[in-house]
Amino acid sequence: MIQFLRSFGGRSLDRMASLGRATIMWFTALAGLPGPGDLRLLVRQIYHVGVLSLIIIVLSAFSIGAVIALQFHTQLARFGAEDSVGLGLALVLLRELGPVVTGLLFAGRAGSAITAEIGLMKTTEQLSSMEMMGVDPLRRIVAPRLWAGVISMPLLTAIFNVVAIYGGLVVAVEWLGGDPGGFWSGMQDAVELWHDVGKGMLKSVVFAVVVTWIAVFQGYDTEPTAEGIGLATTRTVVASSVMVLAIDFLLTLSMYGEFN
Amino acid sequence: MHIRTLEISVGAFMLAGILALVFLAVKVSGISLDADRGSYQLVARFDDVAGLRERAKVSIAGVQIGRVALIEVDTIYGQAVVTLEIDGSPGGLSADTGAQILTEGILGARYVNLLPGADDETLADGDLIYDTQGALVLENLVGDLITRLGAG
Repeated sequence: MIQFLRSFGGRSLDRMASLGRATIMWFTALAGLPGPGDLRLLVRQIYHVGVLSLIIIVLSAFSIGAVIALQFHTQLARFGAEDSVGLGLALVLLRELGPVVTGLLFAGRAGSAITAEIGLMKTTEQLSSMEMMGVDPLRRIVAPRLWAGVISMPLLTAIFNVVAIYGGLVVAVEWLGGDPGGFWSGMQDAVELWHDVGKGMLKSVVFAVVVTWIAVFQGYDTEPTAEGIGLATTRTVVASSVMVLAIDFLLTLSMYGEFN
Repeated sequence: MHIRTLEISVGAFMLAGILALVFLAVKVSGISLDADRGSYQLVARFDDVAGLRERAKVSIAGVQIGRVALIEVDTIYGQAVVTLEIDGSPGGLSADTGAQILTEGILGARYVNLLPGADDETLADGDLIYDTQGALVLENLVGDLITRLGAG
């Protein structure tokens, strides 16, 4: 019993310590950013994190939009309310699926890569040699990745939403023969700029901060062995997916809880 | 050279993302860029607005001419006071214009329909619409029907 309590307490303290290290890393990395030389590093990271994630985002967005439109259409057709497909599609995407699915894909595609890369740098002692040479690894390695994630993910979310709406349009209008006028006007009547588009984007900024923070920290804090890197990468994907879903629930509750 | 293609692709990515945001704002949420055409307000009192929402549309003969700006309640007379925002400038609607609350389709949203009258005078900004007909509430209709059937 005492043994159990001791190990439980020890583990809690470990968690607390890693949260503290993550916070310290976050602030030192952010404080260390802007400088003209760092912009080039940032562009390179946006390429790795954002541009290379485009394909998976576009493909998933198209099929998700198409599936939602198909389901809405078949169910709403029973009430003769096919015109509401555009409305339902846009609200579901803007408020929930756009930010959440982009967050999950981003964690799997970019987060894991960031963790593995930084983890390998640490294992092969590149980070410590940088420190030896007087280069701050937080500034040179961590900060550009954090910023690249925070900049890329909202843009990816916007692209996701547009492609998914296009996918829905293809299925509902071109394929199932819905009315394009009803599709767009139903959407425009229901969607409000701040309440739906703005808050969805705000969600995605929050997810971007959480996912990249977890990814970078797991890499930076990894145990310097081959096994440690694998463990850290898994932990990144699991932890950021769970965090995205949990935070999404809290954000939805506070943003849309008292409405409708 | 490789750096340059990388920079170009990042630039294209940023541009695509910003264009996507603009698309969401303009095409999906439908903000109107020609909002400076002006509008004026009319007030109508209804016995029952059941389910009418702010921002619901105001139309004549099915064509949208404005939207519901504000719904308040007058607790003394037990009426709903609805402020309508009509596009354009005053002068187009006769003073004896009526207003009724209708439903779009079977399950659709409530909207306000205006019925222009024949008076030469026209409604000015802030005028009251006298001739109003509130929303039909299913429970009241069924209640009426039962009373009438019972009486007959």
